[in-house]
Amino acid sequence: MIKLYTICLCFFLATVAVNAQTRYFTKDGHISFYSHALIEDIKADNHQVLSVIDTESRELAIQLLMRSFTFKKALMREHFNENYVESHIYPKAKFTGRIAEIKLNDTNPYETEISGTLSIHGVEKEVSTKAQVRIEADKITLSGDFNVVVADYNIKIPALVRDNIAKIVKVSFELHHKPYK
Amino acid sequence: MKYFLLTIIIGLLSFTANSQELEAILEKESANGTELVLGSFNGTRLLNGHSIETRKKGVLEFLISHRFDRVNSGFDEFFGLDDSNIRFAFEYAFNDRLTLAVGRSSFEKTYDGYVKYRLIRQKTGKKASPISATLFGSMTIKTIDDFEDESDATFGRRLSYTSQILIARKFNQNFSFQLAPTFIHFNRVNSPDDPHNMFALGAGTRVKISKRVSLNGEYYYNLNPFESRDVKNSIAFGVDIETGGHIFQLIFTNAVSMIEKGFIAETTGDFFKGDIHFGFNISRAFQVSKAISNEQ
Repeated sequence: MIKLYTICLCFFLATVAVNAQTRYFTKDGHISFYSHALIEDIKADNHQVLSVIDTESRELAIQLLMRSFTFKKALMREHFNENYVESHIYPKAKFTGRIAEIKLNDTNPYETEISGTLSIHGVEKEVSTKAQVRIEADKITLSGDFNVVVADYNIKIPALVRDNIAKIVKVSFELHHKPYK
Repeated sequence: MKYFLLTIIIGLLSFTANSQELEAILEKESANGTELVLGSFNGTRLLNGHSIETRKKGVLEFLISHRFDRVNSGFDEFFGLDDSNIRFAFEYAFNDRLTLAVGRSSFEKTYDGYVKYRLIRQKTGKKASPISATLFGSMTIKTIDDFEDESDATFGRRLSYTSQILIARKFNQNFSFQLAPTFIHFNRVNSPDDPHNMFALGAGTRVKISKRVSLNGEYYYNLNPFESRDVKNSIAFGVDIETGGHIFQLIFTNAVSMIEKGFIAETTGDFFKGDIHFGFNISRAFQVSKAISNEQ
């Protein structure tokens, strides 16, 4: 029994050791959102998205600062932060989850599913979305889009601006990961 | 069996540790940033005077301000609303730090121009700064002909200049405080007893009572006021209401002028005797060139 235990322990330690070499990371990933409403369309980009993948466990963690979203109009950014996502209280949006399939030796792009927990404005929700995976030499790219219902995250849109801001916004992501050192 | 369970527990631990490790990597990598503290005040004006705020690059702000006559002027004047001083101005932000503006007040038919530059911006994080500081310089030209001696009415004698260092700190989301050391130079004064160079210290605050509404207060203490006139320190209270691209500021003040040299140096109303002017500032911001607000 002790032998079995030792073997198992070695196995887990080995996994941890291997994990250290199977991480892919980016800190300039791109996430944007698009709101289409009666009066105006609003698009915002964030080019400072942090993301890390563990190819062994297929786990994924993404994090961004709400304040790093840039808009066409400077005032939109201020209102987005001050009035809607309240970034002084909830500075970050986070995602932790798992990629259904990682084919490390396949250089053809393929589609898979990512599911996990998305946290925006202090509200956590289970989400899952289709995503494209492209694996080139030393580079893993995840891209795709999904819809976010603004009200799900307890973000209130006053009646006064309901024709300016969509109730459902489309979130797009493109994350180019490189080996993490 | 005991060992087997232990193994499974260790296995599970190593699994959760893994997902936590990924998050730890992100936390570590994100900790290196410096963040600007935004929105110390709602608008570029606290009430009468300027706040440390400027507009972002490419924003043209059209500002319309009114100060009605004194509310204690009685029913016949409809509590001052029959008469008003209006200033309208175009204020353009060349970048996130520099704003140039021109304005015109009906009171004494005065034109004014100013330069405003954000020298220090309040930041948190690696390169933190506890305060914001903005430099302000303005020149005004009084074009009304109220000179007793016409030979006095030269271009140079119509000018006056104001310099300010606005220093502010946003203590938290709801409370910001500003100090404004001020220097004013008048090319011409009414009496030989009056100083050409005047010093004043302003203090102001914003208290947010909801996401879009705040209460503001502002006071300027004049260190060497005019001797020939019974001038008072300027005091103002108001409410800011933010509605998308607009900011409405409703103001109660003892000053009728909306430019620095006017309300700081030439205010004659006594607030506590009811010489109160109701007024408002309305600002509308237009994005005339593309904002690059990548600066955090």
